[in-house]
Amino acid sequence: MKLNLKFNNMSKEAIKEKSMILQKEMVEGLFNDLANVEKTGKKVCYTFVPGNLSELIRTFDMLPVYPEINALQSAMRKKSGGYIKEAERNAHSEDVCTYVKCDVGMMMKGNIGPTGTKIPEPDVLLLSYTGCFTFMKWFETLKREYPNAEVVMIHTPYQENAEITPEMTQYMVNQLKEEVIPKMEKVSGVKFDENKLKGFLKLSAEAEDWITKIFDTTKHKPSPIDAYFAGVYYIGPINIGFRGTPEAVEYYKELYSEIQERIRLGLGPVTPEGEMKEEKYRLVVEGPPNWTSFREFWKIFYDMGAVIVASSYTKVGGVYDMGWRHDPERPLESLGEYCMNCYTNLNIPQRIDLLSKCIKDYQADGYVTNSIKSCNSFSAGQLGMMREIEDRLEVPVGFIESDLVDPRYFSYSNIKNRLESYFQMLAQRKMLEKQEA
Amino acid sequence: MKNLKQIINDCKELAFDLNFTRAKKWKAEKDGRVIVGYTPIYFPREVIHAAGGLPVGVFGGGDRKQIIKGDAYYQSYICHIPRSIMELALDKHLDDFDGFIFPSICDVLRNLSGIFKQHKFGKFVKYMDFPQNFLPQIGGVFYQQEMEHVMKYIKEINGKTPTVEELNHSIGLYNKNRQMIEFIYDIRQEFPWRLSIEDVYHIVRAGTVIPVEEHNEILEQVCIHIKENIGEPQDKIKVVVSGAFCEQPAVGLIRAIEEAGCYVVDDDYMLGSRMILGNIDATTNKPLEAISNAYIKQSQYSSSIYDVDNPKEYRLAKIVEKRGANGVIFASASFCDPSLLDAPIFQNAFNKMGIRYIAFQFSENINQFKVIKEQVGAFSDSIKLWEDEPVLVTK
Repeated sequence: MKLNLKFNNMSKEAIKEKSMILQKEMVEGLFNDLANVEKTGKKVCYTFVPGNLSELIRTFDMLPVYPEINALQSAMRKKSGGYIKEAERNAHSEDVCTYVKCDVGMMMKGNIGPTGTKIPEPDVLLLSYTGCFTFMKWFETLKREYPNAEVVMIHTPYQENAEITPEMTQYMVNQLKEEVIPKMEKVSGVKFDENKLKGFLKLSAEAEDWITKIFDTTKHKPSPIDAYFAGVYYIGPINIGFRGTPEAVEYYKELYSEIQERIRLGLGPVTPEGEMKEEKYRLVVEGPPNWTSFREFWKIFYDMGAVIVASSYTKVGGVYDMGWRHDPERPLESLGEYCMNCYTNLNIPQRIDLLSKCIKDYQADGYVTNSIKSCNSFSAGQLGMMREIEDRLEVPVGFIESDLVDPRYFSYSNIKNRLESYFQMLAQRKMLEKQEA
Repeated sequence: MKNLKQIINDCKELAFDLNFTRAKKWKAEKDGRVIVGYTPIYFPREVIHAAGGLPVGVFGGGDRKQIIKGDAYYQSYICHIPRSIMELALDKHLDDFDGFIFPSICDVLRNLSGIFKQHKFGKFVKYMDFPQNFLPQIGGVFYQQEMEHVMKYIKEINGKTPTVEELNHSIGLYNKNRQMIEFIYDIRQEFPWRLSIEDVYHIVRAGTVIPVEEHNEILEQVCIHIKENIGEPQDKIKVVVSGAFCEQPAVGLIRAIEEAGCYVVDDDYMLGSRMILGNIDATTNKPLEAISNAYIKQSQYSSSIYDVDNPKEYRLAKIVEKRGANGVIFASASFCDPSLLDAPIFQNAFNKMGIRYIAFQFSENINQFKVIKEQVGAFSDSIKLWEDEPVLVTK
């Protein structure tokens, strides 16, 4: 059995493994459903990945659309630059979130999605607003573009004191009961069925168990997976509406089985250019990836034998590795806690603790921050975090800058130069450690 | 009574005293007093006042503080205020502060609260999560719990729990404070030459670093002075400035806008001091609920408050109409997400409404305003020279 994500080379068609085929089928199915809403009458819910209420959306038989996923897919298809310029021609600043501008630009150009079909307009804008203030501003913009859409806002309190208090959970539950659910019932015409929700939540917890096990496999040396560049594919199903489905559970089971086979064979991660031959450096990465030059970005790492053993970005749609799971016995409380427990809703000391734990648990050689120009939710505070982690663990830290989906802010040479210097430092350190040993 | 010039000079000193001398002296005068710093935009200062504390605005060092250490904490593409506040903290300007409150406004200040926690500045650091749910029984209750959280922190320091009477007394003092500030703006709406916007700025900002009782005395005197027919009108248009609610422009920029041919008849520079419109009920036996209800029902529009049920573009348009302004100047701090993300909303709406505007960006430490002054001057001229309606303000 082979792991998914296997490519002949960067220009040719990828060889698809079973888990990858499963994921492709899920995503294609969703976009087909979206393309057919006029016929099926299904309602469309725009929402965001962090704090997504997938199970609730499914309870009302709605179809989710994730504007930030559309944006990153536009970037990977090299279309985001044009969309961003279109938004900037319409008063959007150069200095704000490029996901927003890409989405607005795409809308202005006809809202054609990644499969080439038009993405339907929203019946409801569900803003769970987790850990990112810009989401709120984004939906203010969308509301003006889609005046007929129902707006559902659920304000997620920040874990400012590194805890979820009973009052915070109650606030979330009250909002769900008195605002979110009644509005979802109104738009969908479907009565809320708690048992149906509980069924989805049970499957969510199962998928969360599997994905935790998958990301935990990086404890092996060599690591069988890259938990950042490949990790962004792995988190796809659980983050874009399939959490709570049997298909997602099946996908993660299959993926886990493929990874176990790689461990048995002593293989490292699969890259777009085949298997990584030698694992030289194990890294933890903080910050989202660059999407416009994703492959080139990844290549810099695997060319140097660097594998990412943990990343904060793969926790943006939920932090499961500390043991938290959706709980069907406490359905609404559980949804609320999920929203409050996403990575960017953690305060800075919590983020430092979490990343420090990853560095120790996965025996990382270094810690790299990819600072995103237009994402303050991640970027503001990263330098302080880096300083603290360096002091606390005496681990070499690296720092690079890029952007989410604006191709103007990905400077290949600058990033490569910085990373090469960083890897030289890691090599030197390893050599000294070997000598001392 | 002091003359207006003396009052303004005093306020100038207070407003930009980065050592917070008056606040520290106040604290030293009596045991049990605490200083609680708060960052933009708004915090219900009544709560701190009633608990025996002095709420002190921490709005950065502006162009009065060179940033060296703070830059090591923030990338070049993040606004200036967090590095400026870090500089103040690292240089020990805030050493006598007992606690810090970071009201929810944006991701940058939210994360700065975490950096403050990490550095263990003060005895407590509280990120104040203002509700984005505007139902009193949901968001309102949550907001009251947030205020109680702050009171608990202060009690841990000075052992004091404010009574209902003390809270109502504090509410009354701040009601008076807001009334007088609004009176100044109302006078300026008709007679903007009586007090420049630079002077108004200093007077209002001074109130964020001294006890409210002292500020009310100052305001009372200012109000008496500007009731008089003082100053000479000039040939200027009237504008509203919007977007500079957090990181503050240098005073030179505030002055430059008026020098370039505009009377600023409303603004959001010190929005926190004016956030609640009208009075908070100071007569109830549930004062926290009264404060909460006022926030939910009587807040000024803000880029940090979800506005779907009460669109901000119409609220700003109403201010323009009420003040008889000829146009709007959108002044956003560089890299300020809330302000810049609102820009297309405002500008698209104003294009349709026919409200004239210009927009520029600033940074708190930049004090070269030639380009902005030219832009503002051209805006003023374009309205004065080519509009049908005469805009000369007459005495």
